[in-house]
Amino acid sequence: MSNRIIINTVINGEPTEFLADERDSLLEALRERIGLTGVKEGCNNGNCGACAVIMDGRLVNSCLVLAAETEGANITTVEGLAKGGELTPLQQTFLEDAALQCGICTPGFLVAATALLEQNPHPSEHEIRYWLAGNLCRCTGYDKIIRAVQHAAERSA
Amino acid sequence: MVATEPYKIVGTRPVRPDGVDKVTGRAAYGSDIKLPGMLYARVKRSPHAHAIIKKIDASKALALPGVKAVVTRADFREAGPGLIDIGEGPPVNLKFMLDNVCAGDKVVYKGHAVASVAATDLHTAEDALNLIEVEYEVLPPVMNVRDAMLESAPLIHGNELTGGLTAADMGKRPSNIANRVEFEMGDVDAGFAQSDIVIEREFETAMYHQGYIEPHNATALWNKDGDITIWTSTQGTFSVRTASAMILGVPVSSIKVVPMEIGGGFGGKIPVYLEPHAALLSKKLGGVPVKMWMTREEVLEATGPTSGTYSRVKIGAKNDGTLMAANVHLAFEAGGFPGSPVGAGAMCALGPYSIPNAFVEGFDVVVNRPKVAAYRGPGAPASEYAVESVIDEIAERIGMDPMDMRLKNAAVEGTRRPDGATMGVIGNVQVMEAIKDSPHYKSELEGENRGRGVAMGFWFNAGMESAAYATVVSDGTVALVTGATDIGGTRASHAMQLAETLGIPYDDVKPHVVDTDSIGWTGVTGGSRTTFAGGWAVYEAAMDIRVQMEERAAKIWEVDRDQVHYDNGAVHGPDGKVFSFKELAAQLPHTGGTISGHADVNPTTVGAAFAGHICDVEVDPDTGKVTILRYTAVQDVGTAVHPSYVEGQIQGGASQGIGMALSEEYFYDENGVMRNSSFLDYRMPTTLDLPMIDTILVEVPNPGHPYGVRGVGEVPIIPPLAAVANAIYNATGVRVRKLPANPRNLLEEMLPPEA
Repeated sequence: MSNRIIINTVINGEPTEFLADERDSLLEALRERIGLTGVKEGCNNGNCGACAVIMDGRLVNSCLVLAAETEGANITTVEGLAKGGELTPLQQTFLEDAALQCGICTPGFLVAATALLEQNPHPSEHEIRYWLAGNLCRCTGYDKIIRAVQHAAERSA
Repeated sequence: MVATEPYKIVGTRPVRPDGVDKVTGRAAYGSDIKLPGMLYARVKRSPHAHAIIKKIDASKALALPGVKAVVTRADFREAGPGLIDIGEGPPVNLKFMLDNVCAGDKVVYKGHAVASVAATDLHTAEDALNLIEVEYEVLPPVMNVRDAMLESAPLIHGNELTGGLTAADMGKRPSNIANRVEFEMGDVDAGFAQSDIVIEREFETAMYHQGYIEPHNATALWNKDGDITIWTSTQGTFSVRTASAMILGVPVSSIKVVPMEIGGGFGGKIPVYLEPHAALLSKKLGGVPVKMWMTREEVLEATGPTSGTYSRVKIGAKNDGTLMAANVHLAFEAGGFPGSPVGAGAMCALGPYSIPNAFVEGFDVVVNRPKVAAYRGPGAPASEYAVESVIDEIAERIGMDPMDMRLKNAAVEGTRRPDGATMGVIGNVQVMEAIKDSPHYKSELEGENRGRGVAMGFWFNAGMESAAYATVVSDGTVALVTGATDIGGTRASHAMQLAETLGIPYDDVKPHVVDTDSIGWTGVTGGSRTTFAGGWAVYEAAMDIRVQMEERAAKIWEVDRDQVHYDNGAVHGPDGKVFSFKELAAQLPHTGGTISGHADVNPTTVGAAFAGHICDVEVDPDTGKVTILRYTAVQDVGTAVHPSYVEGQIQGGASQGIGMALSEEYFYDENGVMRNSSFLDYRMPTTLDLPMIDTILVEVPNPGHPYGVRGVGEVPIIPPLAAVANAIYNATGVRVRKLPANPRNLLEEMLPPEA
């Protein structure tokens, strides 16, 4: 049996204390222990971006972070993007532009694109493509995703 | 049958009903489930591509604290060889189905399941895998279709398969050839004799995976009363029920399959892999729920990709471009068990054209690779790539515009295909003309190492059973229940067709996807059928509601039934009497009770799909890297119910086809071990590999559907392979006959042979 450890974090603005296996990745802890299943597992080795979260201001793949490393960290998941019942401009444009089909990659794209627009509110198409190259989508061919990010950037101008 | 008045809702672009849940992380996909007392399970898999299982010993695993149960083949039912009739669909080979879910006497691909283990947490289950000891006698693997067809090849299934190279050879001797199809029309020899130009070429395509981002998953509870519940992400709950019942040896009625949201499938989430393991583990544990999901490596190594293929295509034409004869030979890898899509590949190979004399043969061949599954237009990308490449070469040789030559030979309504089917109302010519009229085709492509290619694609589309139940709620909304798992917007397309038929606002329809006990038999979300057949069921359910609302209004007004008619969201009676839908809905509870409309349909009047793509590339002469500069996809979509999702299907299909053309492949070493079983190395297109994909929707309504719907999902994956290859030729002068045209393969063709 593995050892369990207590970890203290702030997740989506809420102080969150949880018990994790010392081998748990942040992805496993978020999904199986805390119940934030909006964070998706696509590859579990950092190639697809479906599990992207923002940790202390940095975009990370939560499958590549150990839960034990998050002691004291501030983490934002897809569940924490919408505030006060309002969708963010990105969530809204993803809906309006049909930027999702099956939706499994959508949380990762939304989190990654949120991080992009925080750093670069008016990215070019190439900058959007470069930033999102770590997020795989198999349904859309990316066209409508890129446009949704462009439209969200225009909207928050 | 197609309505002629302009539609109010069909053709608009509303937000999908499940949209908010999917942008906020609330939508529950298969592995998001958590049940009280739930255990976690993993599958033990073969490290060998081909081996006899001598012994399995799970005692050490079972001794590990936290491990609760192990399932091996001994826990499954017995099954003899040969086909059995299961009462649903065509006869199946139960032994092969069982063998693929859990290996019997031998393993036939690397990653083949041999056991499963349930434990209190995921890490313990993983630890237990290493403690299950399996003794193998390793056999030489057969890794590609041409080797497997040789008489000297090791036999993967002993004496069980006896396919031959000709019709006369069938059943004569043990072989790796599982099946052979043959279509013939006209006099092929005479057709070639009458041709001015005859070109024959060989082609290969790699094995490709669907690449859905969500791994396979299943959670099962085998209750002590014998009832089994399975929660899973699947394209077809009813097909999961049928397959699981067969494999577990229980009646279908004892299984309820609950559809979770599904994270992509493209045909690959139709077979069962984990469901029977989860169910048997739950049974062994006396009714504890067991959850399983695959790693990405398992998805790539052990679920069904599409066939690697070899094809040989010979086409003859007159100097004026008239196609005279075609001979198409296709050999498809089935993986470890029979069942490649070579039949569909053979049916589609010559689809866009009217060719008077044709012979098509196809071989289904077992190799030591994972058993293939459906993948978007199964079989057609490979067969049509070969044909479209030869057509392009003929057009060039006779100095004809490639689209003019295609138009000259285009299949039209009434054209007979070699497999015997006759084309109905199709938009093939309209698609070809739209390509010629497009800004992309008319533009000049400038710059060095750049080239343009075009190619067509044909897919027949499917119908199959669908059900819809719709209940009028007293506030004037409608709860719509279907069994079609929503893989990319079908809740929206169904709700739109219901709203259109009833003449009510789209937002007043609340669609739900329900389990197998709660709706009539519904085929898989696949075959480009769901908006077509499911939409038809929805239409019929709405018409059922309309009739009942007319009857109710007549009763309320105390007038003759014939004096009442439903029109445009309202019921109209004599003397200007009228109930809006909402008004009548509010009266239903007090005037006889709730109204619901039901329909179970099995439509056969499918409308075939045609697509044509234009691709501009730039090829780096030093590295062989191909960059897509511009891409336009033209398609006859029938009626675009929700144009944004139609465009999305086209863009997604084109991207997968571009992946097949340029970067994706199963790469095996000499021992039959896949060496690129991750998303880093199995190279699907990323945002940086693609430009925007322009779409042109041609709408030739299908007369066999109330709203003119054709399927749209599959055909866009077909043209990219040849469109890219033809563009590469145009840029470099090299005909790419082996895909993917990745730098390694392409550079080999581009560089002069070493001295």
